[in-house]
Amino acid sequence: MAKDLGSVERRERVTIRFAGDSGDGIQLTGTQFTQTSAIAGNDLATFPDFPAEIRAPAGTLAGVSGFQIHFSSSSVFTHGDTPDVLVAMNPAALKANLADLKNGGVLIVNTHLFVDKNLEKAGYESNPLDGDTLSAYKVYKIDITTMTLNAISELGLNQRAATRSKNFFALGLIYWLFNRDISHTERWIEDKFRQRDALVADANLKALKAGYYFGETAGLFTHSFVVEKAEIPPGRYRNITGNEALGLGLMAAAELSGLELFLGSYPITPASDLLHFLSKQKHFGVKTYQAEDEIAAVCAALGASFAGGLGVTSTSGPGMALKAEAIGLAAMMELPMVVVNVQRGGPSTGLPTKTEQSDLLQGLFGRNGECPLPIVAAQSPSDCFWAAIEATRIALRHMTPVLLLSDGYLANGAEPWLIPNMSEIEPIRKDFHKPQLNEDGTAQTFLPYKRDENLGRPWAIPGTAGLEHRLGGLEKQHETGNVSYDPDNHQFMVELRAEKVNRVTRFIPSLEVFGSNQGEALFVSWGSTFGSVRAACTHLNAQGRSVGHIHLKHLNPLPKDLETLFDHYEHIIVPELNLGQLNLILRSRFLVKTTAFTKVKGKPFKVSELEAFFEQVCTPISPEKLIQLQEGL
Amino acid sequence: MTPNPLYQIMPASDPSQLDKKDFQSDQDIRWCPGCGDYSILKQVQSVLPTLGVPKEDIVVVSGIGCSSRFPYYMNTFGLHTIHGRAPAVVSGIKSLRPELSVWMITGDGDALSIGGNHLIHLLRRNMDIKVLLFNNRIYGLTKGQYSPTSEQGKRTKSTPLGSLEEPFNPLRLALAAGASFVARSVDVDPKHLQTTLKAAAAHKGTALIEIFQNCNIFNDGAFEPVTQRKTRADRQVVLQAGEPLLFGAKRERGLVLNHQKLCFETALVEEVGLDAIYKHQPENQVAAQLLAELSFPESPIPMGVLHQVQRPSYDQAMSEQLDYARRLYAKVDAEAELPPKPSVQSLLDSGETWLVQ
Repeated sequence: MAKDLGSVERRERVTIRFAGDSGDGIQLTGTQFTQTSAIAGNDLATFPDFPAEIRAPAGTLAGVSGFQIHFSSSSVFTHGDTPDVLVAMNPAALKANLADLKNGGVLIVNTHLFVDKNLEKAGYESNPLDGDTLSAYKVYKIDITTMTLNAISELGLNQRAATRSKNFFALGLIYWLFNRDISHTERWIEDKFRQRDALVADANLKALKAGYYFGETAGLFTHSFVVEKAEIPPGRYRNITGNEALGLGLMAAAELSGLELFLGSYPITPASDLLHFLSKQKHFGVKTYQAEDEIAAVCAALGASFAGGLGVTSTSGPGMALKAEAIGLAAMMELPMVVVNVQRGGPSTGLPTKTEQSDLLQGLFGRNGECPLPIVAAQSPSDCFWAAIEATRIALRHMTPVLLLSDGYLANGAEPWLIPNMSEIEPIRKDFHKPQLNEDGTAQTFLPYKRDENLGRPWAIPGTAGLEHRLGGLEKQHETGNVSYDPDNHQFMVELRAEKVNRVTRFIPSLEVFGSNQGEALFVSWGSTFGSVRAACTHLNAQGRSVGHIHLKHLNPLPKDLETLFDHYEHIIVPELNLGQLNLILRSRFLVKTTAFTKVKGKPFKVSELEAFFEQVCTPISPEKLIQLQEGL
Repeated sequence: MTPNPLYQIMPASDPSQLDKKDFQSDQDIRWCPGCGDYSILKQVQSVLPTLGVPKEDIVVVSGIGCSSRFPYYMNTFGLHTIHGRAPAVVSGIKSLRPELSVWMITGDGDALSIGGNHLIHLLRRNMDIKVLLFNNRIYGLTKGQYSPTSEQGKRTKSTPLGSLEEPFNPLRLALAAGASFVARSVDVDPKHLQTTLKAAAAHKGTALIEIFQNCNIFNDGAFEPVTQRKTRADRQVVLQAGEPLLFGAKRERGLVLNHQKLCFETALVEEVGLDAIYKHQPENQVAAQLLAELSFPESPIPMGVLHQVQRPSYDQAMSEQLDYARRLYAKVDAEAELPPKPSVQSLLDSGETWLVQ
């Protein structure tokens, strides 16, 4: 589509939030804008935010669904603190989101529903579009619904069906405002709707174009914006959400290890998309099993592992609690298994659709007895791919269940991803055990709990003649694996299982500090807070502050060089979306004075919050102190 | 079932050479002397060598309880899992490896109390698993509390004034859950137990056998009224497909279907004639329900296979669906040779992608 580029303003980065009723197609609109921006070459990150109810009463605050995208011509670490543009499709969406909009930001409002009943539902006493309550923003009042209906009136759809196309009108308008090519979305509408309902496809296409042309011809906007391509490494890219990346990572891990992938799962928000994704991959030989409950899901995965598969179970916090006993059994049987916990707000049912990092301690300690297991945490949507491979590698190398932590933010958030080349990823080696012969040719007695240098035990699978053996939850005798109640053996085995998990440290690469190697503060973070903390560190470094950042991918065992870093900073700041769980571990394990920065609002950290906290903790440092720190005194 | 080459580590052993001793492990058996479990173990060890299945392909899985120690005494692949969860574990094993012969050992507390949910779903899915439910109507390993099959009013350590609960009838429960094979046998009748085990082994799908098992410590004689050698002919109807439901020392009595009341009633053969006696039709689920309801002393109790129908097992259907998906993806018809798995790289590269120069 040709376009008059006479009046454009270049921006390095822009954050847009789309908000509307949960039935308004907000997530779809956001996803389309994301894909188009990614194809246009921006770096970006997104944050979908939707209610737990499938269809909360229309027009209420409870039913507001939002989608935020931050795109830029330079690096993007987060979904953006404060939107530059807010698109509000109804009064409730305005009410729920206005406080976040940047002062002077662009506010596009669908005026159609700003009438008594809907204002009341949103809790407005008077119409906010009248008067001067919005004077801090550049407000564009557009009756998007009516314009959509007019644009597609000739198709003869009933009003209810026709109204559904209004999100495409809004999307078209935003495409114009940011000089985006609409062809990707046009193709998408064709693919998605043409076969199913040609009329709907036509309506959506017309609405999209009408929105675009409205921007061009209405003269409402003084200018449009351009966000140029980002400098990103060359190669082929795609957009990826955390749950998709996790699914692909597990499939890749299965291929790299030559194992069949078996997922035992029970539907739970926000982990279900992993079950959905893998259920679609049957032609790759992926077996998915929707069990009758969380316990059955993990037990089936464990059964598959015993039988020689890559057993995986996926869940969120409440399901993790239910699986605890079976994970303990996996630790006792020393079978490889990957347990995925896509964390959400807790305790109990908590905040099912909101993000939180509050299951770290559950992962570390939430089982009976001394039952350590390795924990790996993903740091971004695409990193879920690599975290899944790392978790599998550890599980097979050490013959242990491994906990893989993701969260709601990573699960649903998306980012562009440089597609990896499978041939460049190191294969995962774990051979099934074969019967061994003595020198005289007789068969050796099989010892199921005899260990290799990583303390992993042999994986002898059913169907292998001569290796028949029994596993169970009762304490095992060293090497033979026979049931043993011997006190000394129990002490030995408990310590051995702990040492086995500790040996994972031998394979954790040394930590590399981002930013300052010494100075005022070191941020130590894990999981989905990576982007916010990295962005805060970058900003503070740019302001001349000596701040470093370490982001932990391995939460158990912790990297062995972590301890050596603490002495080089005046403050160790541990930001977490919980009440200080990693902080507790660092203090108890290293006797180090740390400062927790915590938040449990169901939302990720804002970069500005982290910077403000840093300012509060770190008064400017004296030159003498800086020299002392540099010398590690 | 064609074995997956991925799991063929060693050549298969020869099942024709197997005997009972091959299935005995080197572990000391720790059940109480006189426990009914000994007999069941012995019958299983006698039957397995006769099945023509290589020993390494047999997996024995249990939950928690006295009976669940069973796998330790079997020289096969085995798992002693956690309380109530064996049905879920075997579902994972069988889904991954349909070629394995999987036997599940459970008790009345394990299967019907803590694991009740898993059991009904196992039966509903019709996983190809042989389930041996040792019913002793008591919790033994925790030293004598009432179980979900204990009779109402039972006095135990946890019910000193008698239990308040209506017990489960495992056979009715299994039938209601859609089981494709439901049978009953007893520890003290080795011949009948072996026959029933063989019938279960031959069934493709979930085969549940309720085995009356005496706990001589905490619930001694629970089944004595119906299992004693001298009276059992009068108190048991031994079921044979197609045969009239006769019982009594001289098979002089039989069961007649009362069409009005929809129940079985006992009658003297010489009074009603042999043709009036109901002929056992294991495929008839409703008749099986009516048989399952029979209890002593009102009537004799049924022994043998109450119900058996053929329907696809989950593990088989899952394998077929995977093959179907692969052919569909490769756009070849159902008769074509199974195309190879696509590479994960092809999936990584699929969908909306773009090139950054």
